Amino acid sequence: MSPAIELIAINKSFGTVHANRDVNLRVERGTIHGIVGENGAGKSTLMSILYGFYEADSGEIRVNGAPVRIRSSNDAIQAGIGMVHQHFMLVEPLTVVENVMLGAEGGAMLRAGEAKVRKELARLAQDYGLDIDVDATVGDLSVGLQQRVEILKALYRGADILILDEPTAVLTPAEADALFELLRSLKAQGKTVILITHKLREIMAVTDRVSVMRRGEMVATVETADTSPPELAELMVGRRVLLRVEKTARAPGAPVLDVRNLSVVDTRGVRRVADATFTVHAGEIVGVAGVAGNGQSELLEAIAGMRPLSLGSIRLGGRDIPLSQHNPHRMRELGLLHVPEDRLRMGLVPAFSAFESAILGFSDEPHLGPGPLLDHDRLIADLAKKMEQYDVRPPAPRLKTSNFSGGNQQKIVLAREIERNPKVLLVGQPTRGVDIGAIEFIHRRLIGLRDAGVGILLVSVELDEIMHLSDRILTMCGGRITGERKPDETSEQDLGLLMAGVTDEAA
Amino acid sequence: MSAPIEMPKWADTILVPAISVVAAFLIAGLVVLSIGENPLTATRYLLQGSLGTGEGLGFTLFYATDFIFVGLAVAVAYHAGLFNIGGEGQATLAGLGIALALNNLTFLPGFLLIPVGILAAAAFGAAWAAVPGYLQAKRGSHIVITTIMFNWLASVLIVYLLVNVLREPQSMNPETRAFPEASHIPFMHEVFAWFGIAIPSSQLNLTLILALVSAYLIWLLIYRSRLGYAIRVVGSNPAAAVYAGISPARITVIAMVLSGALAGGLAVNELMGYQHRLLLEFTSGYGFVGIAVALMGRAHPVGIILASLLFGILYQGGAELAFEQPNITRDMVVVIGGIIILFAGALDGLFRRLVAHLLSRPKLAGA
Repeated sequence: MSPAIELIAINKSFGTVHANRDVNLRVERGTIHGIVGENGAGKSTLMSILYGFYEADSGEIRVNGAPVRIRSSNDAIQAGIGMVHQHFMLVEPLTVVENVMLGAEGGAMLRAGEAKVRKELARLAQDYGLDIDVDATVGDLSVGLQQRVEILKALYRGADILILDEPTAVLTPAEADALFELLRSLKAQGKTVILITHKLREIMAVTDRVSVMRRGEMVATVETADTSPPELAELMVGRRVLLRVEKTARAPGAPVLDVRNLSVVDTRGVRRVADATFTVHAGEIVGVAGVAGNGQSELLEAIAGMRPLSLGSIRLGGRDIPLSQHNPHRMRELGLLHVPEDRLRMGLVPAFSAFESAILGFSDEPHLGPGPLLDHDRLIADLAKKMEQYDVRPPAPRLKTSNFSGGNQQKIVLAREIERNPKVLLVGQPTRGVDIGAIEFIHRRLIGLRDAGVGILLVSVELDEIMHLSDRILTMCGGRITGERKPDETSEQDLGLLMAGVTDEAA
Repeated sequence: MSAPIEMPKWADTILVPAISVVAAFLIAGLVVLSIGENPLTATRYLLQGSLGTGEGLGFTLFYATDFIFVGLAVAVAYHAGLFNIGGEGQATLAGLGIALALNNLTFLPGFLLIPVGILAAAAFGAAWAAVPGYLQAKRGSHIVITTIMFNWLASVLIVYLLVNVLREPQSMNPETRAFPEASHIPFMHEVFAWFGIAIPSSQLNLTLILALVSAYLIWLLIYRSRLGYAIRVVGSNPAAAVYAGISPARITVIAMVLSGALAGGLAVNELMGYQHRLLLEFTSGYGFVGIAVALMGRAHPVGIILASLLFGILYQGGAELAFEQPNITRDMVVVIGGIIILFAGALDGLFRRLVAHLLSRPKLAGA
């Protein structure tokens, strides 16, 4: 039987960057095939070629043994290839049926098409256990269900081969499990699934075979049963990596950040954080675990002074912060620095040169230039030095910020904040979109900072990260702190329950 | 999902705008052809009239002076993410400021009148821009809407004042009396005459030097100063500004104040440099040309100077063209200007993509 997909000697360059170099890939029919690799390894480019966003400079694509030319997503759909993007392509005010119909209405009037969609959706629901309320407005559905709509869209268009790009990035652990269940049932029905992810645990859990990409090349394809996460990590990075940075036990020092009864109401009047009280001590990492969107972002922003508190108070290093001083500028002066969750939206200015992004928040510091001016030579020299210390690649301070990979952008942010000797460091999603090699580096830095006596408040949706780094773990759900645990006295299941709002009192 | 457009700086700042201009002239040539005139002859009149004679060049540079100021005004606001359509009204108010200062502060020593007039222009222009800036910053009223409304307000205000308040009682014209002699900014031909060099006389005056100095200072401000940094952060990434402790509201007001002050330069050139009195509609719609100039110059002072020259050529050469070839009316010249704006602004991305594509080809072959 010929394989579902065969890519032969695919090459693709963007300017001087060789994004795919002689890539070969064979995906057998009726299997779940994982593709892993660091950011910038060429996974997305390869899938974009397969789905018709880009055309390869050279190489051949075969679907079910027959050579095809895919120049647009329409060609891909014709060939039976469907894609579920990391960022959903859904129209939120429309219903599930309307979203599935979109682009396949079947004529000027909607009625006939709609009936067909309903019938087909009912069949799909039965075949794959893809149960969903087809008349629900998509915007009202949970993220996990929205993803199902994307999958339904692909299946409705006759996809035999389904590509999923980082599908679990936005899901709770339980939703991710449900997704894997669905993938297995798709496979049982003979569909082929290509799963792009950077989470090795998922690869191990659900795939039959896994291909590893590094720097534009396909370095290995192995049976999942014959490999292990450390081996895959090594293949991805090209050297041995520690998936877990060791840290020694350390007695926490004096309280450096006291948060009392903090509440945040956003501009629409929705309460985002309710009555949060906790303390961070010197030399301690306090992790905040929670599914994205449960108030962690607002908590960090409120402490940093970016949002007004509706209630509550903050003490920093033993002194009360009066309302008049509760702004990002003053908080920085007092030694509270902040690595924001969304580095491209907040932590950096993508359109600026790296050396300009590297002073964001500190452009008033007197040593950066004479009087009202900024001394560019000096900024460039400063950043060049930091780039060396933090192993930022390429070490080019003048390069536009958006041209660095996620991990290197994060290192620029970290260098900016850490090198200013914080007393307290707020860290949001430090390794989101960051490759494995850089994750190890970033974790080392954070632990080094903790060992040097800095109090760190860490927010992350990656439970592994929270478990590895934290000295204490807080869980958040619906804006409330639902529990506190020591990392060695808890489990993922335990934290998962707390994150779902099942509190100790209720249990 | 498309590849980012990356290309060398020279291609981005020179080649692409140049292609836009050439394409615009080709299309404009077709328009000229369609009304039965020879495009080559028309082009010759255009260039001859604007660059071919000393006098013509003087007028070209005079218009360019206007355009540099309004172009810079639009650019400063643009860097803060604001679209200031109000250059026209701000320049009008600046003219009012000049007239009030020069005709009332006559007791000042003569050498102070020119700086005082310039400051009055800047202050009035800034104040007229500050109100929409404040409304945007504090109330969220959209700056495009408010600055357009402020253009109308300025226009009716100046009519009222010139007809009812500021007009000389014995004069029939809605204009003020002439400014004191000492406040006239010297014409360029006068300045050259001091050094014994004779150049043809035109409206061109020393305000051109002020415009070029302003362009340098704005470059310094935007690209090298802490304030300019804050302005660009707000314009490029407002969320990052909040994170950085930069107040977008404060920067919005500051950028609009600077923008309005720069628009005042148009009034300085027209009134203190040439008309020597305040009169109706001295701005001639140049405030709007500033938008095209800033767009075409990619909001960079050097680009703005080049684009101002181009529009100076178009305005002066166009006037000559309309004179020499009656079939090509002034309106036709406006059409040609419009085509250039269309190509330099709206269709800019088209050529950018094309050029980026062509430039990346050889590298692929070599890789």
